Formats: sequence, C-alpha cells, structure tokens
Amino acid sequence: MKRAVFSNPWLPIMLLVPQLFIIAVFFYWPAGFAIQSSFYLQDPFGFGSTYVGLENYTDLAQSAEYKRVAWFTLLYTFAVTFFSLAIALLLAVKADNVLRGAKTYRTLLMWVYAIAPPVAGLMGVMLFDQSRGNITKLFETFGWEFRLGVDYWDTATAMIIVAVWKQVPVNFIFFLSGLQSIPRTVREAALIDNRSATGRFWDVIFPLLAPTAFFLLIINITYALFDTFGVIDTLVKAEPGNNPVTLVYKVFIDGFRGNDLGGSSAQSVVLMVLVLILTIVQFRLMERRIHYT
Amino acid sequence: MARVTLEDVRKVYPNGFEAVYPCSFTVNHGELIVLVGPSGCGKSTLLRMVAGLESITEGEMSIGDRVVNDVDPADRNIAMVFQNYALYPHMTVANNMGYGLKNRGMAKAEIEQKVNDAAKMLNLSDYLERRPSQLSGGQRQRVAMGRAIVREPDLFLFDEPLSNLDAKLRNQMRIEIRSLQRRLDTTALYVTHDQVEAMTMADRIFVMNAGRIEQIGTPSEIYHHPQSTFVASFMGAPPMNLLPARTTGNTHVELADDLALPLVSHVDYAGPVQLGIRPEDVRLKDGGDGGTPFKLDIVEELGATRLLHGQLAGHAFTVAIPHEERSFDDTLTLDLPQDALHLFDHETGRRL
Amino acid sequence: MADITETSAPATRATPAAPTRRRINWGVIGDHAILIAGSLFMLVPVCMVFMTASHDPVTIHREGLQWWFGEELEANFSAALFERGGFTDTVDGMRMLTNSLILGVGFAIGKIIISMMAAYAIVYFRLKFATLAFWVIFTTLLLPLEVRILPSYEVIQSMGLTNTYTGLIVPLIASATGTFFFRQFFRSVPEELIEAARIDGAGPLKFFIDILVPLSRTMIAAIFIIMFVFGWNQYLWPTLITTEEGFFTLVRGIRQIVQVIADGNAIPEYGQAMALAIIAMLPPVLIVVFFQNWFVKGLTESDK
Repeated sequence: MKRAVFSNPWLPIMLLVPQLFIIAVFFYWPAGFAIQSSFYLQDPFGFGSTYVGLENYTDLAQSAEYKRVAWFTLLYTFAVTFFSLAIALLLAVKADNVLRGAKTYRTLLMWVYAIAPPVAGLMGVMLFDQSRGNITKLFETFGWEFRLGVDYWDTATAMIIVAVWKQVPVNFIFFLSGLQSIPRTVREAALIDNRSATGRFWDVIFPLLAPTAFFLLIINITYALFDTFGVIDTLVKAEPGNNPVTLVYKVFIDGFRGNDLGGSSAQSVVLMVLVLILTIVQFRLMERRIHYT
Repeated sequence: MARVTLEDVRKVYPNGFEAVYPCSFTVNHGELIVLVGPSGCGKSTLLRMVAGLESITEGEMSIGDRVVNDVDPADRNIAMVFQNYALYPHMTVANNMGYGLKNRGMAKAEIEQKVNDAAKMLNLSDYLERRPSQLSGGQRQRVAMGRAIVREPDLFLFDEPLSNLDAKLRNQMRIEIRSLQRRLDTTALYVTHDQVEAMTMADRIFVMNAGRIEQIGTPSEIYHHPQSTFVASFMGAPPMNLLPARTTGNTHVELADDLALPLVSHVDYAGPVQLGIRPEDVRLKDGGDGGTPFKLDIVEELGATRLLHGQLAGHAFTVAIPHEERSFDDTLTLDLPQDALHLFDHETGRRL
Repeated sequence: MADITETSAPATRATPAAPTRRRINWGVIGDHAILIAGSLFMLVPVCMVFMTASHDPVTIHREGLQWWFGEELEANFSAALFERGGFTDTVDGMRMLTNSLILGVGFAIGKIIISMMAAYAIVYFRLKFATLAFWVIFTTLLLPLEVRILPSYEVIQSMGLTNTYTGLIVPLIASATGTFFFRQFFRSVPEELIEAARIDGAGPLKFFIDILVPLSRTMIAAIFIIMFVFGWNQYLWPTLITTEEGFFTLVRGIRQIVQVIADGNAIPEYGQAMALAIIAMLPPVLIVVFFQNWFVKGLTESDK
C-alpha cells in the first residue's frame, strides 16, 4: 500500500464505477446465471426448465465422455505447458548468451505472439492435411501415416504442436527479460565459484528464474485451457466428432450444439472453480515474489 | 516572520507504533534546524508532519501565527526537497520548478520570471528545457532546490537531500544550501543521519532517538556537553569513548580499583557511572608522574590525525592525536584532562 | 532493448580467459545454431503461407503449401480484400479489416480508460471497501469469457446486443487484466512524487492528469499493443455474437474458410484463403515488431 494516499470520499468511487459496472453486468451476472442454470434441466425445445438440484453435476461425474475429455485436457495442458516452457527457456538462455544478433533473434522469436490462434490453426490445417499437408508428407517418409481429423492421437499431436508454436514467444519474452534482470555481479560470482556452465545454470541462474517460471506456469495453464480454443476449433474444422477436445470446448458444444444449458453451465462452474484456485495461487506467488526482488 | 511552534505534538500509527513521542519546541525565524538521528528515530516522520504529509495524532503545530494541524500541504506555504528529489520525470526543468506556481494560478510571465531568477541563482539557466533524466545527480539536486526556492516559502523542509550525492559534491552542496538559506532568510528544517552535515550546517541541532528528542542545542553545545550517552556516541567521529566506572561521592571517579581520576568538581552521587572522554581530548604523556596506562593494538593513519585503538583498564579505547613523525610502543601513558571527563548515569545514560 | 548486449557481456567476456579457445567457439556456434533453428521454426510456416497465397487453388490442392512465389499474388490479395463472396456471401476483406480494427482499437482504448481509472482508485485512495473491491475486480483476472460463454451469450442476447459493436467489445472488457497491469505500474511510482505534487498544490484529479497519466505514457502504449492484439485476435466471442456478415472480423472470417475447406464440395479458393490469413495476422504482427521495446516492457512489467 502507498504511504501517501488521498482521502477524497467520492472520487475513488466514481473512478471505480465503470469497471465495477462492466464486471457486474458482463462477468458476475453471467457467472451467477451459470451457477443458477447448473441446478436446472432445460427443456430442449425451450419450454421452461425444471429444478434438478445437483443432478447436472452428478451426471458430469458419471459421464464417461466427460472423464475422457477431462483426461485429455489434463494431458494436453501438461504437454503444451511443458514443451512451450522448455523450448522457450532453451532459446532464451541461448539468446542471452550470444552477443551478436541478440536483438534480431529476439524479434524473430517473439513476433508469432501476435498471430491469432485460429490463424495458427488454419496453418496447421494446411500443414497437417491428410492428403496434401507438407508435414504429413514429411511424416510419411518416416513411415508415419498421419491422419488429421480421423485418428484421435494424430489430431491431438497436431493440436499440441500448433499450440506450442503459438505459445513459445510469450514464454521466451518473459524468460529473456528474467535472465537479463539477473545482476551481472551474481553471474560473475558464479563464474568464479563454478567452472561448469551447466552447473552454473542449474545452481544459480535457474533458481533466480524460478519466480518467472512459476508465473509462466499459471499463464501457460490458462492458455492451454482457454486460449487454444481457436486452435482446436480450426484443427477439428468445427466438427469435433471423435476428435479430442478440451473442457472449454465441451462447454461450448454442449451449450450451443447440444442445447444443454444445465449441463454446459455445470461444466462452466467446474472450470470457474478450477481457475479461481489458480488465481489464488497466482496472487500468493505474486506477493511472495516481493521477497525475491 | 515564520516561526514554527510545536506543542506536545505526537504521532502514533494505526498499528499502535509511537513514531514520535510528545515533543514541544520553537524554531525561530531564519534558523536552520537540523534533525539528526539514526534511521527509524522519527526524524523524517516529524518533518513530514510539519509538511502536512503525515497527520498529527495529538498536539498543536503552528507555522507563523497559524495553527496548521488541518491545513493541506499546498496551503502551508512550505517547500520540500526530497532525498530522491521527486522531480516529475516527464516535465522539463522549467516546468518542474513552475508547477507549484501554476497550480496557485500565477500568471505565465510571472512564473517564467521567477523560474529564470532561481535558475540563475543555481546555475541552471542552460538546462531549463532539459528533462531530469538528462541531468547529473548534482544538477537534479539543484532543480529540486530551485523548485523549493521559486515558491518563496515561509519554511524549507529538507529530507536527507544530499545522501544520493557523492562525497565531494555533498561537501559543496552543503555550503551552497547553507549560504542560500542565509541569503533568502528563510527558516529551514533539515533532516539527516549524517552528523557532519548536522554539525556544519545547523544553527541548532535536534538529536533524536527512538521517537524522542534527546537534546536540543547549538553544534558546540551538542558536541561539548552531550546530555546523554546516546548523543555523546552519535555525534563525533570517532565517537566518544564510554567506559564503565564508579564514583565514590567525592571528587574522584574510579575506572578500576587502583585507577582513580580527579574530577573538576565534587560529585555527591556514589555508585556505578559511565565515563565519557572524546578521543581528541586525550593526550599522550611523555614521561613524568601519573597518567593512565594504555595498551595499543592498532594505529589508523588518517593524514591530519592518527587514531590509536587499544585497551584502557580492560575496555576498548580510542585516542586521536595530531599527526607527527614518531613510532609507538605497545604500552603508552595517557593524560586524561579532568575538564574533558563526562559522567553519565549508568542506567538511563543521562548526564550527571 | 539496449541492455541486451550489456547484460550478456559477462558470459562472453569470460571466453578469452578460458584455456581451450576452440571448444568455447563451438559453444557459440551451437548457441547460434539453436537460435537459428528456433527462428526458422517460427518463421517458415508463415513464409510458406505467404508463398502459397501467390498460387492458384489447383496447385495448392495438389501439392499443399508452397515454397516459392507463384503468379497469383496480386490477384489473390485483391480478391481477398475487395471481392465479395468467396468464403463469405456479402462482405469483402476490407469490411472485415475495418471490423477487426474497430474491435482491436475500441477494445484497447475502452480497456485502458476503464482500467486506469480503477487502478488509480485502488492504489492511491484509502477506500472503505478496498479489500472487497480488490477481490471483486481481481477474481476476474484469469477467467476469460470462454469459461462462461453460454450464459454470457444469453445475457447479451437478452439485452439485444447481438450484432452490435457494443455487444462485441464491452463484454470482453469485463476482466481485470488491464487494471492489474496499471496497479503494478502505479505501485512502482515513487511515493515522493505524489508528496511533491501535494506540496505543489495538485489535488487527486490534477495529480492524475498532470503527473500520473504522462508518467504512464510508455505503459499505456504497451498495454494498448497488448490489448489491441488481444482484441484483434478474438475468435469465439465474435463467432457467437456476430451472425450478420457485416460485423465479421478477419479472425471470424477464418472460421468460414475452415468450414469451406471442411465441406470439400469443390476445390476451395486456397490462395485467397491464405491471403486472407496473411491480412489477418499482418497488423498485429507489425505493431508488435515495430513497437517491441514498449510491448516487451509492458508485458514483463506485469510480473513484478
């Protein structure tokens, strides 16, 4: 908290009103609506709804399909987070090492940040296409018959590759700026204490990067959970069928294709609780970070 | 005429911490008062209360004839120079200095005139269109001074204004601030933890410790008649030697069973005391009778003076002597002049 | 960032001191090899899409993405920009480009104004319900619209805001990301500045307008870039809210392309599709590349 604060009674409220109003109408109202709907069963033809208590939730818990989607989401989130963090860290460490062209590399490695997920997805559609995809042909030379949209795991692979490609730049930017904020004297001290570069990295540099890594972990989890919607929707060509989808995608199809307001809402509530936990963890980390800096 | 009067002014933070215990004093017009003390002693809090940046929990504060307890900082007609200068980074030097005047609704031409005058006084005329980031540390300091001057305040407040400068610049600015304040004939409160600044700049020094004002006095009074062991050890470098001793209710103080020193006057109190002697008041004795034995450990060469560190009656003891070509034995004999001895209560640390 | 060379200096400065010079050189070459590989990984797919945008559909249909320029570059781009029909029935690329700009700029500006005000209130005022307001706002931090997509849609529909720019933009603003960025930045502004301003007679509004907003210029620019990219790249929400083609954005248009490809009735206009994809990525990419110093600063500031 700031030491010097104004004590005007009305101004801060006036300043907060627009934000609070928008959040109330477009966040809390829908969120409350979702919680309420999750206790009702909607008539598919729009003739009212019946209160069913926790039935939507128990249905979810027993649904084999929901479990399958949840497992896939877990795996997908793990794979996307792990690979995009690992690749970005490797590139950031190398970019931090080199003297020549450091700025050029930064530009080349970060610009993909600006590409929309569905555009990335469209590129994936072209590259992994079963009959004309360039990468499909490459895989063919290794004897892997890649079938996007037909084979469950092939589609999953394409999704993960595209999602990772799209996420590496953000992680790279954060890791590089984290590396650059490590004081030169600390590096020099490490240089004197440890002759192995790998040893220096894991003993000194990586622990100093850990706060950045934790922060990115949360960012990447939410990215994999929600922001890859466009990637998935394009790669399955808006027709999920037997293809792998994530939890948030299922919220969307059950709600808009299945007209299952109650079930979709219950899934929304589950996801919201999950993210709320992540938010709290994130804030805890933030507050703790103060000690690092 | 700007006198500053505080009557039983006190600061307690919401968490119950008493930052400033009730204190009363008057600062006369044109005086430069230095508040000095270790960090966390409440000196900055006191200054910020005078500025109006910190509320006053209890008591009454007036600047001139006006009680200012509830007066907004902008309306107290004060000016403040901050430790990190707090210049507005996006404004030019001229705008930085003129911003307060502009907020008072002063005409543009008049602002320009005042800013130019102040800039001339501070040798900043060539830098008026620059931004703070394009200036050196010393120049930024001057801009902060200029911002204070143009307001023509009743009262200058300085919060450790020189601590971000290097030693050489600090010495120079010390003199500049002092002469500027004299020239403008403006009352000033100056906070620092640097005792050299306190000694050289102040008309009067307020020594603060743990939220209390320990002593108020001229630099000479503070130095030669410290009212407590805290003041004695805080002011002066190297600090005053403080040794446990006892008085016997007569004209002597005993450092050890076989080591008694004569006092200037009779002391009624008998019991343990703390004996203080400034290192520079001690003299080396070349032969002759009497004297106090001193075991020498280390000699520090400071150029103009030498510091001899060692043991006296089993306690750490420092002697400062003028430089002269000579070598030292391990054991020396000291002359501790009786008018240089200070006696303090061994528990409260107050002067006896 | 000028300090790249500066901060990476120690690692390389140590090289001459190492006894075996040749091994160290191999290390540097290895570093560059990895960085070049990474850069190519990022660059090549997009270059291929660009090359492919200059070919005719039949070639693309037969061979997939192309490695070099064809004949149809101008034709494809002008068709994608100015011709109606193709993947949509009634809008051309220019209309979608305009809509994308409205969404990106409108979202970014709205977000900046609203979140700056809120962050100012949170950081600089003693509020009665500060903790409550804080949590009410920051609960929304990581919860994107996608999570509560169906109820949000129902709410907007009940308000009659489908197929309006308001319905497209405002609900997206309902998250605290911008407020959080500004909160972090305001907290790093030295306290003495506000104290100096108070002594200079600046009240809360004057301080905000005269000092804080100009001080935040870089931050505002950075957040504008981040939010513009975020708004421009929105997909699911525009897909639901805009059913009239007149409101389609470029990214929304991608969905039409994918559906045409999925239908597989005739050979889709692949060249035009790739041209449209390039147009859809160009503005945000250019902004991020040209203003990367601001953008990087703003992005990484948030995790302090």
